[in-house]
Amino acid sequence: MTTIEATRTGDAGKQTGTPPPRLTRRQRLSRWDFHFSPYLYVVPFFLVFLLIGVYPMVYSGYLSFFSWPRFGPTHGEGVGWANYVHVLQDPVFHKAFWNTIGIFVLSSGPQVVIATVIAAMLDTHLRGRTWWRMSVLLPFVVAPAATALIFGSLFADKTGLVNEIIQGLGLPKVGWHTDRFASWTAIASMVNYRWTGYNTLIILAALQAVPRQLYEAASIDGASRVRQFFHVTLPSISPTMVFVIITSTIGGLQIFTEPRLFDTNLQFQGGADYQYQTLTMYVFNTANSATDPYPRAAAATWIIVLIIVVIALLNFGVTRLVQRRSER
Amino acid sequence: MNRRPGALVYGLLAAFVLGSAFPLYWSFVIGSVTKERAIHSPPPLFPGGHFLDNARRVFDQIDFWSALANSVIISGVSAVSVVFFSTLAGYSFAKLRFRGSTVGMGFVIATMAVPTQLALMPLLKEFSNLGLAGTRTAVVLPWLVTAFGVFFMRQYLVDAIPDELIEAARVDGCSQIRTFWTVAVPAARPAMAILALFTFMHTWTDFMWPLLILQGSDVQTLQTALDQLKIAPAGGISDIALLQAGTLLATIPLLLLFIATGRQLVAGIMQGAVKG
Repeated sequence: MTTIEATRTGDAGKQTGTPPPRLTRRQRLSRWDFHFSPYLYVVPFFLVFLLIGVYPMVYSGYLSFFSWPRFGPTHGEGVGWANYVHVLQDPVFHKAFWNTIGIFVLSSGPQVVIATVIAAMLDTHLRGRTWWRMSVLLPFVVAPAATALIFGSLFADKTGLVNEIIQGLGLPKVGWHTDRFASWTAIASMVNYRWTGYNTLIILAALQAVPRQLYEAASIDGASRVRQFFHVTLPSISPTMVFVIITSTIGGLQIFTEPRLFDTNLQFQGGADYQYQTLTMYVFNTANSATDPYPRAAAATWIIVLIIVVIALLNFGVTRLVQRRSER
Repeated sequence: MNRRPGALVYGLLAAFVLGSAFPLYWSFVIGSVTKERAIHSPPPLFPGGHFLDNARRVFDQIDFWSALANSVIISGVSAVSVVFFSTLAGYSFAKLRFRGSTVGMGFVIATMAVPTQLALMPLLKEFSNLGLAGTRTAVVLPWLVTAFGVFFMRQYLVDAIPDELIEAARVDGCSQIRTFWTVAVPAARPAMAILALFTFMHTWTDFMWPLLILQGSDVQTLQTALDQLKIAPAGGISDIALLQAGTLLATIPLLLLFIATGRQLVAGIMQGAVKG
C-alpha cells in the first residue's frame, strides 16, 4: 500500500512543470481498468443470452414465414402469414391453449396462497425451525420427471391409489387420463408439489425482513393478526410476491415435462383427445409432424411468446393494483 | 412474528410435511414389490421385499452409472460456471458505476420473463449445425450463466458490501479484478453457496433440454435415462415397479445432497434475507 503511494507521488513528481500532469502508463491502465472492467464482467451473461435466447428466437421468427419441403434440409419459399393462420385455426392449438391456461390456474393460484400461509406459519417461534424449513423444501429435490412418474402411478386410472381412496369413500373412479379437468388437476398437483415449498422459502425470506416494530405498532393500534397480515405483511413483501407470481406465470405457461410424462400411451400428444396437451408440447409435436414442421412450430412459438407476455403483463398490473389498494 | 405458535400450526405444518414426503414413500412401496403386484388392486401400502430385484433390472436396462456420471459432470460444471459469472456480473451491477448499468440490469430482469424454453427448437437446430448434438457440452452451454444468478447475486451484494470498502480498495491501488476477489468474493460466499446448490439442483432435474439435445445418443442424464426406462418394456404395458425403482434410484443422489446441505441452504437463505 505504501509502496504504491510512493511510486505514484514519485511518478507525479517527474511530471512537475507540464501544466496538465500527464498520466503514467500505470495510471492510464488503472483508469481503463476502472472504466471498462464493469462492462467486461457483465459480458458473459449477454453472450450466453445472445446464443440461447436472442438468436434462436430471431431465427424462429424468420423461419415462421417460410414453407419447409418434405424431408428437406432447409426452408422453402416464403409463405407470408400462412403458418400463423394455420396454427391459429388449428383446433388442437385451441385445446392446447385452454389446457395450459387451466393447468396454470390450478397450479399457480393455490401454490402462491399455500406458500404464503406456510411461510407465515414458519415465521413464528417454532421449535426446530430449521428442520421444518428443510422439510418444506424436500419436494424440490424430486425432479419433475420423477414427480411425473410417481404422480402418474398415484393417479393411474385403474389401480392408482387416489382412485382406490375415492372408491373407498363410495364415489365413482375418476378418469385422470381421460377426463379433461381431472387430468389438469393431476398435472397441476405435480407442479404444486414441487414448487410450493420453494416459493414458501422465498416468501419466508421476505417475511423475515419485515421490521418487527411494524407489528408492534400495529398491535398497539389494536389491529388483529389477520388485519396485520393484510395491511403490514403483504405490502411489505409485495416485491417478492410480484417476483414469485411472474416467475410462476412464465414457468406455468411453458409446462412440458409433467404432461408429457403423464401420457401413458407413449404418443406424447397429451391424451387420446389432446385433453392435456400443453402449448409447449404442441410446439414439439408440430416440429415433428410431416408438413412444414419447423416453420409452423416457429409460428406457434411466437404466438405463445405473445400470450405469455400479455398474461405476465396482466398479472403484473393486477398485482400492482392489489398492492396499491393494500397500501392505502 | 414474535409469538409462540399453537398446536394448530404444528399440526398443519406436520400435515404439509407428511404430504411432501408421501410421494417418495409411495415410489419406494411400488419400487419394492413385484411388477404383477404393482398393478394389482388394491394397491400395496407397505414396502415389499423386491427393491433389489427391481434395481437390478434397472441396471440391466439402462447404463445407470454413466448417466449418473453425466448428471454430476453437467450439474457440477454449470454450478461452478453460474456462480463465477453471476457473482462477477452481479457485483458489477450492484457496486460498480458504469454507463448503462441500470438499463443493463433491467434487461437482465426482463430476460427472466422471456420464455427461452420456447427457443429450444431453433436452439436444437443451431447446436446440431455446430455438431454439438448428443454432447455434454451442448447440455451445459445454456447453463453457463443465468439471469436468475445475476439477479440473485446483485440483490445480495447491494447490501452485503459497504461502498467505503470498495473505495478503500481503490485508493489502495487495487485493480478492479483484485477488488472483486478480495472484497466481493469473501462477502458473497454465503450467497455463492446457495446459488451453487440451486443451480446444481436445477440442472440435475432439467428434463426438456437434455431430452432434445441427447436424443438417440449414448450420453444420457439420469432424467432422460428414466424416460428410456419408460419406453423400454416391449410389451407396451409399463412396468411400474421397474419405473418406480429407477425413479427412486435417480432421486437418491440429490436427496443425499439435500440432507447434507439443506441446513446450510436454509440458514443461508435466511441470513441473506435478514441482511437484504
